[in-house]
Amino acid sequence: MFYREAGQFKTSYGADQALFPIRQDRIGLAVILALAFVAVPLLASQYLFNAILIPLLIFSLAAIGLNILTGYAGQLSLGSAAFMAVGAVAAYNFDLRVPGLPILISFVLGGLTAAAVGVAFGLPSLRIKGFYLAVATLAAQFFIPWLLVKVSWFSNHSSSGVISARPIAILGYAFDTPAKRYLLVLTIVALLALAAKNMVRSRIGRAWMAVRDMDVAAEVVGIRMLHTKLTAFAVSSFYCGVAGALYAFAYLGSVQPEDFNLDLSFRILFMIIVGGVGSILGSFLGAAFITLLPIVLDRALTAVALQYNLGFDSGVASMLQLVVFGALIIFFLVVEPQGLARLWQIGKEKLRLWPFPY
Amino acid sequence: MSAARNSAEVILSVDNVSLAFGGVKALSEVTFDVREREVRAIIGPNGAGKSSMLNVINGVYHPQQGSITFRGEVRQRMNPHRAAVQGIARTFQNIALFKGMSVLDNIMTGRMLMMKATLIEQALYIGRNRREELAQREKVEEIIDFLQIEHIRKTPVGRLPYGLQKRVELARALAAEPVLLLLDEPMAGMNVEEKEDMCRFILDVNDEFGTTIVLIEHDMGVVMDLSDRIVVLDYGRKIADGLPDEVRADQTVIDAYLGVAH
Amino acid sequence: MSFFFEVLIGGLLAGVMYSLVALGFVLIYKASGVFNFAQGSMVLFAALTYVGMQEKFGFPFWLAFLVALAVMVLVGVLTERIVLRPLVNQPQISLFMATIGLAFFLEGLSQLIWGTDVHPLSLGITDEPIESLLTQFNIVVSKFDVAAAIVAGLLVAVLAVFFNRTRIGRALRAVADDHQAALAVGIPLKQIWAIVWSVAGFVALVAGLLWGARNGVQFALTFVALKALPVLILGGFESVAGAIVGGLIIGASEKLAEVYIGPHVGGGIEGWFAYVMALLFLLVRPEGLFGEKHIDRV
Repeated sequence: MFYREAGQFKTSYGADQALFPIRQDRIGLAVILALAFVAVPLLASQYLFNAILIPLLIFSLAAIGLNILTGYAGQLSLGSAAFMAVGAVAAYNFDLRVPGLPILISFVLGGLTAAAVGVAFGLPSLRIKGFYLAVATLAAQFFIPWLLVKVSWFSNHSSSGVISARPIAILGYAFDTPAKRYLLVLTIVALLALAAKNMVRSRIGRAWMAVRDMDVAAEVVGIRMLHTKLTAFAVSSFYCGVAGALYAFAYLGSVQPEDFNLDLSFRILFMIIVGGVGSILGSFLGAAFITLLPIVLDRALTAVALQYNLGFDSGVASMLQLVVFGALIIFFLVVEPQGLARLWQIGKEKLRLWPFPY
Repeated sequence: MSAARNSAEVILSVDNVSLAFGGVKALSEVTFDVREREVRAIIGPNGAGKSSMLNVINGVYHPQQGSITFRGEVRQRMNPHRAAVQGIARTFQNIALFKGMSVLDNIMTGRMLMMKATLIEQALYIGRNRREELAQREKVEEIIDFLQIEHIRKTPVGRLPYGLQKRVELARALAAEPVLLLLDEPMAGMNVEEKEDMCRFILDVNDEFGTTIVLIEHDMGVVMDLSDRIVVLDYGRKIADGLPDEVRADQTVIDAYLGVAH
Repeated sequence: MSFFFEVLIGGLLAGVMYSLVALGFVLIYKASGVFNFAQGSMVLFAALTYVGMQEKFGFPFWLAFLVALAVMVLVGVLTERIVLRPLVNQPQISLFMATIGLAFFLEGLSQLIWGTDVHPLSLGITDEPIESLLTQFNIVVSKFDVAAAIVAGLLVAVLAVFFNRTRIGRALRAVADDHQAALAVGIPLKQIWAIVWSVAGFVALVAGLLWGARNGVQFALTFVALKALPVLILGGFESVAGAIVGGLIIGASEKLAEVYIGPHVGGGIEGWFAYVMALLFLLVRPEGLFGEKHIDRV
């Protein structure tokens, strides 16, 4: 009843092609943005920022990156964490070695470096597909962290490649509280998400989806394989690179290449599977789900242990996490392959009719 | 169908094309031409190599021997992208639509070559990209109107019945404003009404836009009604070439279809 | 020179171990077209079950083996029911991702049940050099590695016969090609899959025992499984022979690279060398040494 589109007629193609053509969607978005930009900073605790909100946003960004490559362009990648690593280390080096370089530029340059590396490792995609390509991305995932540690110049000659990012300051304004860092990350992620949405509904987005759905037909229609696939790798790696830079500068402060391991790549893949492959909204939903799940599990386990007076060690918690993750992946693939985003859509469609059943 | 067409120039010429997959000979020394604005049918029993012929013209397969001359340019190896740039569009026997996209998006991919906005412009959705998206949308809507598929424009293509999918595929091919349109069994699997609709569309395309059409089809009634000239293939060889009435009466053609050993 | 041979042979024998894991992959892929990312976790699960039976209940070798085998068969049957059956005819990528989920599930479950410690495993063959080779040629070759190679060889021979000579083997190949067509000719898909996954479980158990005896049964076993991927790329996903040859090549070149190139670049090459090799191979010969070329007809 609240969600009806009746009466909302579009009188121009422009209106029909708008990002949020339905008025209720626009209102909903405005509310979410208001909450995110205004209410949360005022109400949330430090813990909430540091442990949940900031990593959630950063992983959403990485998930958008992977979604562009795997969800929209159909190129399966198991190396997204490696590209995050490149972005983090590159941003660190630009920030460190170019005096006076604004931090945001360092982020962008970090992303661009990751994009270049992404294109290099994406070249095999012109000849191989499917999970063969996944194995190729595994090569990136194992090689890049090794390289980043071995060549100590990257980490300014620290042992085991640790990089310590300096606190963020833009034009003299220091982002030294969790709330401020949260707002910065939120702004960057929101803008990049908007850009992603734009790309996906434009020519390049259609080209990506065409390559994913049937590449022979895509060529026949005039889409250039080389250009389209490499652009997907470039854009995806850019997003992962910026996410990596934010991970180092705005979240942990100090990272090492080993943090960006295969496990993290799998996590990001899980985010897009659970959230919805081929959906920008899905990237956010999936990231939220996967970020919150360990915390929820932990709390639940502790509560159960207290209730029944059991002792348990952290090993059990992390093993349980694996079990739950694995089961969830299978569950989503079987029950709702299009993930939470599709469930959201179904929910909206039900809202159209509520309170009537049909 | 019209006398004027018989004196038109040759737009496509297939010269001595041979194609083999491993030991299987799909095409053997096939030669024929296609005149501007005509409707040329390629017919023949199953396995005669008709689809392979289209694939060669279009650049999806590369012949071991022979060449294709399109609009004056001789080519031994075409690739699909070049074919598209030069104005060749086609539909496929087993519907090659992008199943994950809506009808509108599928047809928009047909306009791909006409859009020039850069990546940054697309990411910001400003200026040239915005204008192009709107302009192309208008063009695409004209085609949607022409093929009467307005009611399904936002539907994901995978959910449509077979007949409508075929129509959408035709729309996508038309969206490219092609000079040469290759249709691979556009009527396959359709009932009488759908076939009549499709025939009407094809004739309209040929009339209104002047598009040259090369058509593979099994329904002889359709072929005889629609085409100006016909090529007959059997086991990869050309066995007849000419006006519909000539071909219909040709004994070798009749034998081929009846399965007489030769 | 003898050092070179030592490294080479050591690498080849390590490669045999990779081949064992790769065999499991090939089996499942050949028979169901599914790329089973969970093979490594199955190795761990099998090995942990065996060791658990021995440690907790004091079972002798044969009993523990049978119990572990039964458990693996159960895992196979359940996987077919819960994971594969609902996903019949979904694109390969979905099935692949489902096996990733299965991998995580099994990893977590096996360690929840049996704990996260390293468990030693003894099969009665010691990791000592073969006397004659040592004294005559000054080459160190472990008895254990040789025994493992023999076991692997036997396994391959049995499987090859199974696939090519038996009726079930033929049915498996039909299923791998086209699920729906196989159903249409009356092949009992569900049973076939259950059989295949159980056989793969058996292979996983053998691999788990051998690896476990060598390195101790622990979580790191799953990383071994990941190494099987380059093996498959070299050998071709559908070839039993390819799994063996691929494993040997990967094992040998990895060791040689680590020993001869490693010192010049600071070591640790073994972590990525196999993958980079696979990548280069993919560019040159995507279907692998023994795989079949796929032609897409439009």
